[in-house]
Amino acid sequence: MRLVVDLNKCQGYAQCAFLAPDVFAMHGEESLVYNPRAEEELREKLAHAVAACPVQAITAEGPAGPGHTPGEPGQERSDGR
Amino acid sequence: MAAEDFLDWLRREGRIVIVGASLAGLRAAETLRAEGFAGSLTMIGDEPYEPYDRPPLSKAVLLGKASPHHTELPRRREIDAKWRLGVAATGLDMGAKRVRLADGDEVEYDRLLIATGVRARPWPKEAEAQLDGVFVLRTRDDAVGLHRRLKASPRRVFVIGAGFTGSEIASACREHGIEVTVAERAGAPLVGALGGVVGAVAAELHRDNGVDLRTGVMVTALEGDTVGRVRAAHLSDGSVIETDLVVVSLGATRNTDWLAGSGLGAGPRGIACDAGCRAFDFRGIVTDDIFVAGDVARSPHPLFGYQFLSLEHWGNAITQAEIAAHNMISASAERRPHMWVPAFWSSQFGVNIKSVGVPSMGDQIMITQGSLAERRFIGVYGYQGRVIAAVSFDNTRWLEFYQRLIETAAPFPVEFPTVDRRPEGRQPIPSDFPDPSLPTHGPTVTLSGYSPSDRHLVFTPARH
Repeated sequence: MRLVVDLNKCQGYAQCAFLAPDVFAMHGEESLVYNPRAEEELREKLAHAVAACPVQAITAEGPAGPGHTPGEPGQERSDGR
Repeated sequence: MAAEDFLDWLRREGRIVIVGASLAGLRAAETLRAEGFAGSLTMIGDEPYEPYDRPPLSKAVLLGKASPHHTELPRRREIDAKWRLGVAATGLDMGAKRVRLADGDEVEYDRLLIATGVRARPWPKEAEAQLDGVFVLRTRDDAVGLHRRLKASPRRVFVIGAGFTGSEIASACREHGIEVTVAERAGAPLVGALGGVVGAVAAELHRDNGVDLRTGVMVTALEGDTVGRVRAAHLSDGSVIETDLVVVSLGATRNTDWLAGSGLGAGPRGIACDAGCRAFDFRGIVTDDIFVAGDVARSPHPLFGYQFLSLEHWGNAITQAEIAAHNMISASAERRPHMWVPAFWSSQFGVNIKSVGVPSMGDQIMITQGSLAERRFIGVYGYQGRVIAAVSFDNTRWLEFYQRLIETAAPFPVEFPTVDRRPEGRQPIPSDFPDPSLPTHGPTVTLSGYSPSDRHLVFTPARH
């Protein structure tokens, strides 16, 4: 599974690091480091992390592959306006 | 064909070519499909890899948290594109609407998006740059090579240039217990982007973490051994640093060489475009079928005196690509301007550094929250009586507030009482940017124009 975090949006709430510690870790007080290629078995944890991010900074390829990305920040802008 | 009919046809069966298969190129392609473009889409990239993310290459990858082989970008949707990867674009025929490729092929377009980005500026002395053990860090291949050498326990790593990438590399080396020397021409790290006041904090960060930081020096030569491996670096102060791994971090060069002679307004500073991402030709006439996005674009920004800005920023690549893609298939009345407030981040020595606005435009700075000594603060930059930028060290949650100030051209010095304001932050002080006529490794924002409303220009001669 691929993921990317918009670190402009990230404000270091660390919800992702609590929910999916194998993928996300805090480095120092506020900096987030993550593994952009998460293992398949972490899919559920990753989905929780994506949903829990208070600023919706995480984009991951969703459970059904591209096109199904809950909580994906750029989605509505591309589709809507 | 009437304009609306053309647009209908374009959206249904036109040909769109995107040169540059990285972050901006991918997000543009996704936006085109999301907005209903059903024609043919061709993605051209000179690297053999599908679009991947670069920021982790100097952070998570070097820290061992991610593999340099796996930073591919997640896809927002299927883009149903024809991929031409591993083949560079070598020319553009604007009249015939064709892109020439390195393998001799030509690709025709009805609309073209150029998102070719930048490349690392190499060590200028070619023979020395080719020594074994001399690296730059920009591409996935660079990261794979550097990662391998770092794992082989080098005696010492020598980093040329203390901008963001150079500092991040030094930080990762120290975390692995590797000895590292950093040489910087300016007086401190990060000065090109953030100025000397903040640069002094960055210098302390380096030294406290065991980096052998040399400032105010230039590297005069890299020395190889008899079998062509780098063995030492010579500095302008006469010192010699023994090293078996050198990372050249001297900023970036825009990938516009392939456009030479095309008639497009492209040069070393990027490709000039209007706020709607339409490229200018060399006569200053806006094209209507060629668009640009990402690091390679330079466009005028109303918040910053309509200067042409080229931004090497991750978020800018995405928003500019989305705007360009939308405008490519929209009628003129439905087009949108790209007016992103510049913003970037860095992570080094465990400190989260973020910036909004254009700090290098600010001649003064106020520390409005926290303190420099604690390395947890907000610095606000002022220019001609208004807030122009802000930087945070481990204080990111406040940055959005300051972004609003920039967007509303709030007055500077800032008057509001804030939480955590210290006596040192009550007065603005000079932000201490280096003489702009001297080359540095480069900030991440390049100012390359001036406002037509400016009635005069001030020539700033070199101090040396």
